[in-house]
This record gives sequence, C-alpha cells and structure tokens, in this order.
Amino acid sequence: MKRRDFLKSVSGLAAGAALPAMPSVISSAKADARSETLLIVSEGGPNNLDIHGVGTNVPGYEVSWNCYDRLISHEMKSGPGGVPYYDRDKFKGELAEDMKINDMSVTFKLKKNAKFHDGAPVTAKDVKWSLDRAVSVGGFPTFQMSAGSLTKPEQFVVVDDGTVRVDFAKKDKLTIPDLAVIVPCIVNSELVKKNASEKDPWGLEYTKQQTAGSGAYKVTKWTAGTEVIMERNEDWVGGPLPKIKRVIWRMVPQAGNRRALLERGDADISYELPFKDFQEMKASGKLNVVSLPFSNGIQYIGMNVTKPPFDNVKVRQAIAYALPYQKIMDAVLFGLGNPMFGAAKDKPTEVAWPQQHKYNTDMEKAKALLAEAGYANGFETTISFDLNFAGVNEPLCVLVQESLAQLGIKTTINKVPGANWRTELNKKEMPLFTNVFSGWLDYPEYFFYWCYHGNNSVFNTMSYKSAEMDKLIDGARVAAASGDTATYDTDVKGFVDLAYADVPRIPLYQPFVNVAMQKNISGYQYWFHRRLDYRAMAKG
Amino acid sequence: MLTMIGKRLMFAIPSLIGVVIVTFLLTRALPGDPAAYFAGPAATKEAVEQIRKKLGLDRPLIEQFFRYTNDLAHGDFGNSLTTGQPVAAEIRNRLPASAELTLLGLIVSIVIAIPLGVLAATRPGSWVDHLCRVTTTAGVSLPVFFTGLVLVYVFYFRLGWSPAPLGRLDVFYSAPPTVTGFYLIDTLIARDFEAFRSALSQLILPATTLAIFSLAPIARMTRASMLAVLASEFVRTARASGLSPATVIVTYAFRNAMLPVITTLSMVFSFLLGANVLVEKVFAWPGIGSYAVEALISSDFAPVQGFVLTMAVMYVLLNLVIDILYGVIDPRVRLEG
Repeated sequence: MKRRDFLKSVSGLAAGAALPAMPSVISSAKADARSETLLIVSEGGPNNLDIHGVGTNVPGYEVSWNCYDRLISHEMKSGPGGVPYYDRDKFKGELAEDMKINDMSVTFKLKKNAKFHDGAPVTAKDVKWSLDRAVSVGGFPTFQMSAGSLTKPEQFVVVDDGTVRVDFAKKDKLTIPDLAVIVPCIVNSELVKKNASEKDPWGLEYTKQQTAGSGAYKVTKWTAGTEVIMERNEDWVGGPLPKIKRVIWRMVPQAGNRRALLERGDADISYELPFKDFQEMKASGKLNVVSLPFSNGIQYIGMNVTKPPFDNVKVRQAIAYALPYQKIMDAVLFGLGNPMFGAAKDKPTEVAWPQQHKYNTDMEKAKALLAEAGYANGFETTISFDLNFAGVNEPLCVLVQESLAQLGIKTTINKVPGANWRTELNKKEMPLFTNVFSGWLDYPEYFFYWCYHGNNSVFNTMSYKSAEMDKLIDGARVAAASGDTATYDTDVKGFVDLAYADVPRIPLYQPFVNVAMQKNISGYQYWFHRRLDYRAMAKG
Repeated sequence: MLTMIGKRLMFAIPSLIGVVIVTFLLTRALPGDPAAYFAGPAATKEAVEQIRKKLGLDRPLIEQFFRYTNDLAHGDFGNSLTTGQPVAAEIRNRLPASAELTLLGLIVSIVIAIPLGVLAATRPGSWVDHLCRVTTTAGVSLPVFFTGLVLVYVFYFRLGWSPAPLGRLDVFYSAPPTVTGFYLIDTLIARDFEAFRSALSQLILPATTLAIFSLAPIARMTRASMLAVLASEFVRTARASGLSPATVIVTYAFRNAMLPVITTLSMVFSFLLGANVLVEKVFAWPGIGSYAVEALISSDFAPVQGFVLTMAVMYVLLNLVIDILYGVIDPRVRLEG
C-alpha cells in the first residue's frame, strides 16, 4: 500500500482514535517508498514537458527522453572508466521490433503490444502524426530533424497499421541516427488531437502540461520550478521494466545545499555542481562521482575573423601560443576535462573529433608572431562570455586576460547575461569570446558543418569562411553517405588540419559531464544528450 | 469608516496605472531578446523570427501594451515562458509560500525584538541594553544568504536536527488540499498531523533566518520610541501617582510607543516579502521572490510585470491596514485620505 493512499484512507475515516497507532506504520511505509524512489536534485527544472514545444529547455529533454519512446534507440557499450556509454553506431528497436534499411527508405515494424499511457495501442498513424509534428512545428525540433534530412511530412508513410516507412530526401548518413535522438518521439495522436484547437493544431499547449506518450515513465505531478514527479509505466514494452518505481526530481538552486543533501544521504543523484565540489567528493570517496567527456563537445576561444586584428592569421596563431592552457585545466576545471592542446609535434592527424591541436603556451613564439603581424606593442580588445556558465567562464577569461597582458594586449572582460548571449552570438560582432559547442550526433563532419562551414550558421561564431574548408566538409558529407571511406578519411584529416592552421577558434578542452550519486545507485548511462536515463537505474 | 476605505482605494488607482505603464516599459527596455532565448540552442534566424511572431513581439510597442492591458482587465496576467505556466496561477500558488514564511519570520522577530527593545529602554546602559545592541547589529550586518547557509550547515549538515532544505514539505509527504495556501493551517484542517510537523520543521530555519535579519529595525525602534515615551510627563505623573511599574510600562508607555513600531513593522514586512529572494534560493522555497528573479534573468516579461503589480497591490493594502491600526491604537489619529 502506498503511503499516500494509506493516509487518504485514514483521513477518509476521519477517526481521531486511529491516530495514535499511526507513526510506526508510517515510518515503515516511508522506508519502503524511499527504497523504490529516486530523488534527484538539480538547479533547474523543465519549462515544458514536450520537446516539440516552443522554447523547451534542456531539463525538459530529460522528461521527454524518459516519458516518450522513439522508434529506435542506441545500444550501450563500455565507455571510459567502464561506465556504460551509448554506442553511436549500433541501434536497437524501442517501439519498432524490426528495422529494414533499403537504398532510399527505411521500414519499421511496430511492436504489437505497445500501448500509450492511457491504454490506446501505438499505431502507424500515431508514428506518422508524431514525425509530421516534429518537422512542422518549427523552431528547434524541426531544425534538429532537418539535420538528418528529414524535412517534409510526405517522407513518412503509413504502410499498414503496424508498419511505417521513412523515405529519404537524399542519401544522408545522419538520417538513421537522427531518428534516435530525443526529438522524433512518438505521441498519442488521438489524445492530443482531442485537446488541440484551431490556433494550436498540434496540441502543444496540452502536451506542455502533461505527458502523452508510451514511455517507461509518466509525469504524475509537475510544479514548474519546484518539482517533477514521475511514476513507472507498468506496461512499458520498449525494454525491460525499470527497477525504479518513482522518480522525484526537486529543484534546489543552491549548489552548496545540493552537495549537503548528497553527503547527508538525503538525495540520490545530483549534477550541475561546481567542479571543485565534484573533485572534493571524488577524493573523499563517500559518493560515486562519474565524470565523462561530452561527446563531440569542445570549449574554445573564438575570434572574429572579419575584423582586425583577428583577420590576420598570424595574430590568431599568436593568441593560440599565448593561452594559459594548463592553468585553465588546473585552476578552473580541477582536472575535470580532456586537454585539447599540446599534441606532440610529429603526431599524425587522426580521423576523429575532437582531437588535440599542437599549440602550447609559448610566450616567445607568441611575441614573435605578433611582431610579424605588426602588433609588436599589442592592441586593445574585449573578451566576452555567457554569465549562465560564469562558474567556468569567469575564471577562464581572467586567466586569458592575464596571459594576453604579457603580450601587451589589453583585454576588457564583457559579461553577457544568459538571456542575451544567443543574441550577441547571432550578431557576430564580439571580437574575442569563449563558448562551448557540442553536437548530439557524434560525427566530425556534423561538428564542422555547424562550426566552420561558410554557410555561416549561429555556431560559426567566428564568421569563418573558406572555400577550401567548405569543399572538404561537403566532400566528407557526401563520402559518408556513399560509404567512400578513403575520401572521407582524407577530407576529415584535411578539414582538421586546415582548422588548426587557420585557427579561427582555439579548442581548450573537452568538458566533462559530472554526476554525483550515492554508492547504492547503479545503472548510470552516458547519453549524447547528457541527461539521466532512469530506465536503467537501480537503487540498493 | 467604509467610505474612508473606499476613498483610500480610489486614490490607489492612479499609482497602480503608473505601475502598469512603468513595468511594461522597463521590461521592454531590458537587454536580451526573449525570442532568441526561447528559440533554443540551435536556432536559425528564421526560427527566431517564427518564435517572435508566436510571442507577438513583432508588433509595435503600443499595440503590445494595449493587448497587455486588455488581458489584464480580464484577469489574465499572461504566460511565463520559463516555467510555461499562466502567471496568475503561479503567483496564486507561490504567494502563500512566501507569505507564510515571511509572517512566521516576522512573528518570531516580534516576539523577540519587542520585549528586548522594551527591556533595553527601561534599563538603558545595562547588560540587556548591550545585548540588544549587539544582537541587532550582528543580525542586520550578516547578509541573509550567509545566515541561511550557516544555519543549514550547522543544523542540517553537521547536527542533523533540521530536515533537508528542500522546500515546504519533506519530499515523501504530499501537500494538503489547498484552503488557505498556508501549509501550517491547511494540514491542520486536513488533520494530517505528520505533514503539519513536517511543514513546521521545514519552516523553522528559513523563518529564523528572516527573523535574525529583521530583529534590528524592530528592536531599535521599540527601544527609541519607549525611551522617548518614558521620559514624557504623563509617565512621570503615572509613576508619581504610585501606579505599579508594570502598569506604567505596559498600559501607559507601551501603548503610546506603539505607533512608530507599527510603521516600522509594515516597512519590515513589505521589505521582507520582496527581499526574501535569497532565503528562498537557499532553502529551495517555492516563493514569489525567486520566481520573479528567475523570470528577470531570462527576460521573461509576463511574470516580472505580474510580480511588480502584485507587490504594488499588496503595498497599497498593507498601508491601508496600517492606517486603520493607527486609529485603533491611538484614537487621536484620524483616518483620512
């Protein structure tokens, strides 16, 4: 019997006489509830339970991931430190029991007993409606779908009640992986259509407040900014029934308190703590601290190449030799990051991303390069960062400022409020800045397409344009789709070399995602979205 | 009396209109583009424009303003973008949390500060006076988030006497059915005594934090006001007539010293309600202050406007109540506009 039900029945009796007997019953029921409940504490919570919604934030992705199913998902492999890590190249069915890839399409057969939370069966119609929705609502979901060349509702075809076909718009290696990200989740179309309106044909207002999926969990209570409570879906067919019955996710804004909650054993899991805390908790050994590199993610120093002085490649190289790399690793990250600098001089370029560049802190070389560029006496500039991540960005920028001062470069630090950061990036006017980019799809050409290609996306924050670079990136994309490994390898090596010779952006390190949990929590898995997957977790 | 109250409320209307206009303009003047913020991490320029259109931010300012006031007249405060909820509902849910905490903190503070102030005034220069001076100075000079964190560290982390600082109830209790929104009252109505105990124990630390901070103005004001009254002639006459010291102090002096204290109380209360943001952050309290600050950080207009408006209304009401109280305590004061 659940505690809540028990209390209800007691208050239903409204018998004051029954009260004295309560405490012992309650404490045992409470202990029971605790062992099957996962208590997560984090700084921020979701603003929307549906990833298709307008402006759904990253915590909202976690709800979507656990409460909705996709057609396919990834297998797990053993990652760094033996932690299960999603396998980029291996897929398994979640709602689909079978996937057949043909030349220009892929066909999915749905699991027969799959049901939505309200008991309605999951049909091919639901799948089509959901994928149509993802490519039609606009904003981030549509954009993410287009990354896998999924752009038109006509691409999704209902073959029969239990079969769906996805037609490819063109050959693209990223189409199948893009069907396994968070966005193409399957929504209960009948239920949502009932609650849609003319102004809101996709029912976004309805799914914002409640989950309408077939996933392993369903949200039973959500108080924005305070807590999310999720209960297990006992009829889930997407995988083995999860061990955790109930997930309580509380927002605790104070990092110090989150740490206290963990150390006192009151909370089970937390992330978003300062690096220093993670490092100390790791050292004390009382908790399990998992630190894994962001897949396809890099923190970097970017320079606007359209304006002097950074339009001069010599100046950019000088900066690359003047950055205090090791100090940043030690004093800002407390070692919790993969260095992206100082590769050996003779190390050949690999077909991989991220990989280290060959610059190292070398003030003499920096001075010489700067003199060659005609800036022997330095210049004045501004370094900008996003205040939302001030914990890392602020000390990092101070160290850079200090280091550049030795070259006579006077740097002013410009702190940009989180709400304003993206606007500033879009303007592409900041001369010098630090930022992070990490791609859901873990392919070098995907990263380069966003960050270095001349079509100048938001993430090409340096406004870098090079015909040679574009040719190499496009070449690698075509080669990947047609399976031409030799061309692919040369092109990838080519664009990495070019990116490091021209250095419009200087990679500093690959950040770590840090999660601290009690010793009795097991089953943590690393996913490309870096949020928690409750389905594999267990307690005790 | 009633016509007086009505008149006072009428006078409040122009200031409320002013508040509506000023907050509307101020929030629009904030840096940051909500459309870009909510378009998500990977938005293109077109996506940002799509969102801007959806939010109605592509319209001229004056049109936005009229739409806003029109919604306001229908009781619609708009939707918060960060939490995705209607602002009116959120303020309704969160205001009781802040009010319960603030009231309890204020009561604790009054219970300590007023006797302390009275004692200090009756024995100036004694150890009580010094104690009063030291505690109030210490209380007001420690920032609230610091006091809060120290209390959490000592009573939760070190000693384990206090429950986890996780908001209004232990996570394994469910909230009582809402009647007043004050958990201490609602749990009693629902006869859920375990939840009552949990709610109370969650309240102790944050309320203490607020109390420590607000001790100073109340105690100092009580002391100063009592000193002035005790030196006045009617007290001397009362003493000379042989009334007992207790009667002199409580019945004659204290009642006359109350007016400035009440004024201070109203100021402290309104100040605490708006300024307990930090306490709410430290104790993960789902109150109105942290709500407004988070909205401000993400240039989320609607909650900020709703918050300022609610606060303005509360100030007007609070001032009215204080004025009425004046009349009750001291019949010489007339309630006038």
